[in-house]
Amino acid sequence: MHETDMTKALIRTVADWYDAQLDKPQISKIHLVVGQFTCVEPVSLQFAYEVQTRDTFLAGVELVIRETPLIAFCHACQQEYAPAIGLRYACPDCGSPMAEIRSGRELKIDHIEYCSDSAQAYAPNC
Amino acid sequence: MHQTVDAALGINLLHANQEGADHNRAHFDAWGVTCFNVMSSPGAGKTVLLERTLTALKDELNLAVIEGDMTTELDADRLRKQGIPVIAINTGRSCHLDAQMVAGGIHQLEQCTDSQSLDLVLVENVGNLVCPAEFEVGEHAKIALLSVTEGEDKPLKYPVMFQSADCLLVTKIDLIPYLEINLEQIHYNVRQLNPQATIIPVSARSGAGLAQWFDWVRQQVAQRQRPVVSSH
Repeated sequence: MHETDMTKALIRTVADWYDAQLDKPQISKIHLVVGQFTCVEPVSLQFAYEVQTRDTFLAGVELVIRETPLIAFCHACQQEYAPAIGLRYACPDCGSPMAEIRSGRELKIDHIEYCSDSAQAYAPNC
Repeated sequence: MHQTVDAALGINLLHANQEGADHNRAHFDAWGVTCFNVMSSPGAGKTVLLERTLTALKDELNLAVIEGDMTTELDADRLRKQGIPVIAINTGRSCHLDAQMVAGGIHQLEQCTDSQSLDLVLVENVGNLVCPAEFEVGEHAKIALLSVTEGEDKPLKYPVMFQSADCLLVTKIDLIPYLEINLEQIHYNVRQLNPQATIIPVSARSGAGLAQWFDWVRQQVAQRQRPVVSSH
């Protein structure tokens, strides 16, 4: 259910960015990074996004979600490992607890793709 | 000519909530008040734990409660019987408290009590092991409850909650004789995720373990109290 709140935050952030743009570009894609060790379910987020952006400036804009895996670092073994979410988090080699998370907690708007008339940046044609 | 352009944002989705939580914490810090965010699944015993805590500590600490519930004020009414300020926040259809809701609660607290004299604000979150784990409200410590009737595997299934807890209370231990539950296994499962948390097995009914919990609370409050400045 909190995907609804996450989507509100997403829309508000993109709206702030859009308002700051002088030429009001046509946004084509929003790229989101969601870690596997968060409480966010990408399918629910995608659904909430589609419902909440209807009849807004983001209607029809594609939401691209990239999931990042849970990667922990074991200080005793000095190596990274991938904990089995729901089953085991301790280091598979030495059994030390999961003390440092290196990936999997991300929940961010990475970048926005948009069409612009401005020729300032080099980019492929739309 | 139209061109596709990329704009890098790199903004966390929880950025606005985090800012709100930091703002709330600054309020608490200015008052010299400690704030706990008390979280668990529905029915793990948050409200009865708060009842016992208020009864035991209200004569030595100035306490207040911000009570989050989806629709009713039943829990808030239970706690009001203790004669301390209780602010009820109905979250409506939202399954967790967020920083903005708690900011509203802080504002109400300022209206109804001398906030400067408070020692501890207990925020009772909505019963839910998922969402509250992601939304900070401005707390200094996260308290998670896990009742023995829920099973040993819950820390593995709801890892974000148990990984972020500063104190885990394993509740309803008076029921252990009637269950097939292994406390050691709960301990082991939590430790895989969270080597630092203080783990205290308690029973609000029998009183077992509560003295240790109260000591933990006292210690947390003492850490953050402003030094008393003498006017003489």
